[in-house]
Amino acid sequence: MVPTSYYILLSALLFTLGVAGVLIRRNALVLFMSVELMLNSANLALVTFAMARQDIAGQMVVFFVIVVAAAEVAVGLALLVAIFRTKQTTDVDEIHSLKG
Amino acid sequence: MELVIFLITAVVAIAGAVAMLLSPNAIHSAIFLLINFVAISVLYVLLYAPFLFVIQLIVYAGAIIVLFLFVVMLLGAERAEDTRERFAWQRPLGVTLATILLSLIGYLALRNPLSRTAVADQHFAAPERIAEALFTTYLLPFEITAFLLLAAIVGVIVLHTAGGRELRTENQELRTKNQELRTKN
Repeated sequence: MVPTSYYILLSALLFTLGVAGVLIRRNALVLFMSVELMLNSANLALVTFAMARQDIAGQMVVFFVIVVAAAEVAVGLALLVAIFRTKQTTDVDEIHSLKG
Repeated sequence: MELVIFLITAVVAIAGAVAMLLSPNAIHSAIFLLINFVAISVLYVLLYAPFLFVIQLIVYAGAIIVLFLFVVMLLGAERAEDTRERFAWQRPLGVTLATILLSLIGYLALRNPLSRTAVADQHFAAPERIAEALFTTYLLPFEITAFLLLAAIVGVIVLHTAGGRELRTENQELRTKNQELRTKN
C-alpha cells in the first residue's frame, strides 16, 4: 500500500512545477499549460483524500474541476487567438496594454 | 508491487512536467504535458477511481491537449520567446519562490499525520456509485455545469466573430482606398 503522504508530496511537487512554469516562462500558451498542471495536481490531492477517507465527495469535486478546466481552456485559448490577431505575439511581456 | 508502480508513474509525471517547463518549443511542451496527464490518470487507477481515469484520458489527454496543439499550430507561436528578457531577475526569483513554496507544502504535508483506513471496499467509487451521486446529491451543480459549458461556447463564438468583423471592416477600408487610388490613376 502506498502511504497517503507520498501522493500528497507528489501533488505538492507537481503544483510547484506549475507555479515555477507560470513564474519563469513568458509564452502565454506555456503559461496556460502550467495552470493546467496546477489544476491536475490539486485533482490528484483530492482523489487521494477521497481514497483515504473512502468518501466519494472528493471525486465529485474533481469531476466538476475537470469540467470547469475544459471551459476555461476553450475561452482562454480563444482570447489568446484574439490577442495574437492584433499583437502578432504570445509573449506576455509584450502584451502590456489593455487597449488592443 | 503497488509501490513500484506508484514510483515509476511518479517519476514519469515529474519528468513530463519538468520537460514541459524547459522545452523551448510550445508543441514539445504540449506533448510532455500529455505524458504528465497520462501518468496522473494511471495514479487515479491506483487510487481506485476508474471513472476519473477515463474522464482524465478523454477530457485532458484527448480534448484539451488537442485544443492546445491546434492553437499552437494555428498561430505558429511555438517559438515566441526569442525576444530579449525584460527583467533579468525574473527567472532566479521565480525558481527561489517556487522552492520556498515546495518546502512549505512539503513541511505541512509531512507534519500532519495523514491517517488512512485500510481499503474496506475497493468499489467505493465504481462508476455506478458516481452516477448515483451525480444525479441525486450533486444534481444542481451538474445542471449548472451545462450552463457553464453553454456560456463557454457562446463566449468563444462571440470572441471569434468580433475579431472577424474587425478584419472584415479593415478589408473593406483597404478595398475602398484601392478603388480611390485606381480612380485617381
